[in-house]
Amino acid sequence: MRYEAPSTTKEAVNLLAKAKGAAYVLAGGTDLLVRMKSDLIEPDLIVDIKRIKGMCEIKKTESGFTIGACVSAAQMGEHSGLKKAWPGVVEAANLIGSDQIQGRCTVVGNLCNASPAADSVPAMIAAGAKVVIAGPNGKRTVSIDKVVTGPGKTSLKKGEVVEAITLAKPEPKTGDAYLRFIPRTEMDIAVCSAGVSMTLGAKGVVKKACVVLGAVGPTAVIVPAAAKAIIGTKLDDAALAKLTAACEKACAPIDDKRGTIEFRTEVAGVLARRAAKIAYDRAGGK
Amino acid sequence: MAEAVSYKSIGTRPIRPDGVDKVTGRAQFGADQNLPNMLYGRVLRSPHAHAVIKSVDVSAALALEGVYAAISGADFPGPKGGALGGEGGGDVSDVAKNVMARDKALYHGHAVAAVAARSQKIAEDALALIKVEYQVLTPVLDVIAAMNEGSPLLNEKNFTKGLPEKATQPSNVASVMKLARGNVDEGFEQADVIVEGEYTIPMAHQGYIEPHACTATVNEEGKATVWCSTQGHFEFRAMTSKILDMKVSDLKFIATEIGGGFGGKTVVYLEPLAIMLSKASGRPVKMMMTREEVFRATGPTSGTVCRVKVGAKKDGTLTAAKTWMAYEAGAFAGGPIGPGAMSIYAPYRLENFHVEAYDVLVNKPKVAAYRAPGAPQSMHAMECAMDEIARKLNMDPIDLRLKNAATEGTQAPYGPKFPAIGLIECLEAAKVHPNYTSPVPAGAGRGVAVGFWFNVGMQSSAEVRINEDGTVTVMEGSPDIGGSRASMCLMAAETLGVEYQEVKAYVGDTESTGFCNVTGGSRTTFATGMAVVQACEDIIAQCKSRAAATWGVDEDQVEWEDGQAIPAPGTNADVKPLSLADIAGNAAKTGGPLLGRASLNAQGPGASFAVNLTDLAVDRETGKVDVLSFTAIQDAGTAIHPAYVEGQLQGGAAQGLGWALNEEYIYDANGVMQNAGFLDYRVPVASDLPMIDTQIIEVPNPSHPYGVRGVGETPIVAPLAAAANAIRDAIGVRVYDLPLSPPRILKALEG
Repeated sequence: MRYEAPSTTKEAVNLLAKAKGAAYVLAGGTDLLVRMKSDLIEPDLIVDIKRIKGMCEIKKTESGFTIGACVSAAQMGEHSGLKKAWPGVVEAANLIGSDQIQGRCTVVGNLCNASPAADSVPAMIAAGAKVVIAGPNGKRTVSIDKVVTGPGKTSLKKGEVVEAITLAKPEPKTGDAYLRFIPRTEMDIAVCSAGVSMTLGAKGVVKKACVVLGAVGPTAVIVPAAAKAIIGTKLDDAALAKLTAACEKACAPIDDKRGTIEFRTEVAGVLARRAAKIAYDRAGGK
Repeated sequence: MAEAVSYKSIGTRPIRPDGVDKVTGRAQFGADQNLPNMLYGRVLRSPHAHAVIKSVDVSAALALEGVYAAISGADFPGPKGGALGGEGGGDVSDVAKNVMARDKALYHGHAVAAVAARSQKIAEDALALIKVEYQVLTPVLDVIAAMNEGSPLLNEKNFTKGLPEKATQPSNVASVMKLARGNVDEGFEQADVIVEGEYTIPMAHQGYIEPHACTATVNEEGKATVWCSTQGHFEFRAMTSKILDMKVSDLKFIATEIGGGFGGKTVVYLEPLAIMLSKASGRPVKMMMTREEVFRATGPTSGTVCRVKVGAKKDGTLTAAKTWMAYEAGAFAGGPIGPGAMSIYAPYRLENFHVEAYDVLVNKPKVAAYRAPGAPQSMHAMECAMDEIARKLNMDPIDLRLKNAATEGTQAPYGPKFPAIGLIECLEAAKVHPNYTSPVPAGAGRGVAVGFWFNVGMQSSAEVRINEDGTVTVMEGSPDIGGSRASMCLMAAETLGVEYQEVKAYVGDTESTGFCNVTGGSRTTFATGMAVVQACEDIIAQCKSRAAATWGVDEDQVEWEDGQAIPAPGTNADVKPLSLADIAGNAAKTGGPLLGRASLNAQGPGASFAVNLTDLAVDRETGKVDVLSFTAIQDAGTAIHPAYVEGQLQGGAAQGLGWALNEEYIYDANGVMQNAGFLDYRVPVASDLPMIDTQIIEVPNPSHPYGVRGVGETPIVAPLAAAANAIRDAIGVRVYDLPLSPPRILKALEG
């Protein structure tokens, strides 16, 4: 196995593009190293991207935030500007693993690991995040929901590496929230989850919304019908009931050791409803 | 009740003598022994839950560069029978076949071959080169289905033991036992209320943090030395001697520090393999299990089905109880049906009872002891039934138990009359505990349950050496899991009349101290403690004799007080008292070094009862349970080191709550465990639990010099039913199956 730690994205792209055999990008390593230790993978090349300038930084710009691919979840939790703008995204990132894992794990890694139960992904999709990808043919920016294509699968091509995630500066009266269900209090993987963001118009009426569910399908599930159910309402009980029903309808989970189809479907609806209330509250709704 | 006695050392809370080395990482655990030229051993495990092993060919593995030895079942001597010591049920010949499968693989993960190689990586690669030919059979996974005639058989030679007439057909039922008194039919006729229920609990693991590990080295004379993580190195030596047909004196076992056992480290798994591999390679061999191997191939506790029926009069008096129970033995006989059946009614005065228990073979790992083996499962059923009776009678659940509580003189369902016991004292303490008198928080439910464990005595040895400066060395053979070295020091200091700091206790290897049974059965502080006290008394007698010689008086004119020899009242001797240090410093002139010793088979361990209270909140939309409070009240006889007693109460509560709420072996249809790791085998994490409140009750055990009762096992018995009863209280529906996981509770809520 070869280990490389390039100092530019260009070098990293070159190494990955020319790699023969199994090549992996190393950021926090909290998934990669565990998989190597469990003999699930045997890499021929590891490209550590932490020494690339800017990869470990959160940049606040006029238009929003750029979160480098190696920014840890803990760094996000300590960034007051980001927390204020997108509390749902930060709380999702801060649910991954344990305190120790938080110091290393990254939301880009969480995305590229492509687990249906990834905590940060539904929250980032709900917040309208975009992904900056560098590759042999230059840079491209895609909507975050276009990256994961199935369990363990992404749309990244050979030689491509995610450089950063961008979040727009939220519009006024915007709030987001993320909730997941685990039988314990921490150190667990979501049985199901829900991320919600919304922007309010006049008099607390929901103007825009996005509802995304996790762990109830092969990828995170965007539920336009759930958003539609609350747009134009003040998130009254009838609207929440419609949102819940829309979420349940959108679920296509599996039965496994972590939960049943029935349980995941029902609880995903509950979480979406609860997350919507929190997001509404954060957006300034009453 | 015995009068309150005031002690100088006993009842204090010094820091644990092994603590510093543990927090600095200096302590040596099972995997920490390294020797020159050491090899790494790995085990090939069956990918099938039930299969005939037609052939095993290790030649390709042996041919791999870096591989020094490879063994399979054919390399072992014919197994010798004999009962297992300690709390382990079953037979040594079964352990031999569990350690390495012979003609049949009986569970997914059953060892079929092993290799030793220069590195772990080479050993792993070598495993892939071993060729095993299997004939796959249908796995038997359900305890009830396993009992049916026509079920596939794990063992064609298994004939049910304990039947009135000798079995003529083989079956999966290894044994049956019955226990009865009075007439249950008449008892139920006298009852005003009767409750019935079938309670199920899946297989669960002890979940000790340290995986099994050992290092073995065999010299050219065939003498083996083994370092391992064990609850009983003397019993490991005995089992290994039988499994490998070696003399006991050719085996030396050294118990390393142990990262938890809870009963699971009372039987051998890796040790005989490491010795075989060392013998074959001529080099030391280290073996370490992964967590996955621990789950798949070591001994969890039985999954169970208990059908219980209990009757009571309007005033709460129990009139009859009847129980049918089936315990999973795993791949070989030995599910803890005996203690399960004998404990179920132990807390109560009951004229009419009947219990029938079945030990059933299934294609799952061979069960091992787990903290109060068998009792949590059976008593869960009984304590849930008691809760239902209290509800039907609209009676306080503690009052119902007080009405029927066993006390001194009550004939225990398993035979003897109880000497002084502390059940009533625990119940009375619970009744007035602030956590019981306070209102139940909104949205929560409160549960009450009683716990019990017999405790055991068994064999222990101890030596007490007085060093030349008067400091004290205690040498005994009980691996220290729960802080027993500190307790030994406290009892020695108390007996000798010296300061705690002057005493150090050590756990000797099998060659440097006398035989001790396992640290299990909550016996160590009781039985080994008794040996330490007697060895100290031996020292005192010797010191009095040395003082008498020094003073020129008779031995009966010398008394021992506050750590020194003094002339007895009325003795005409103008002498200064002689301290332990004075006598030890002068020992060369008075007969040589001071060495006290004792060995015994301790009798009268004294049962320990407990009452647990818990408040649980249930999220009615998701089924998630939050533990708001948990109170463990238990009779410790005399708490030698109260902080460690509290630790046992808290640890048992944490394990019991995990078992009640989330832990379970999840199998697929092929008998493959789906959650062989701590991510999905969900033991509670620290943030899942509140501070566990404890209250120690002290009703001294008349059989121990300081009144000790074992306390280690009782704490895990009551939490299962306490949690189930709290959830019943919170949601208004009884959930009969554990674990009380969110999907199960949500389903119950939806009817």
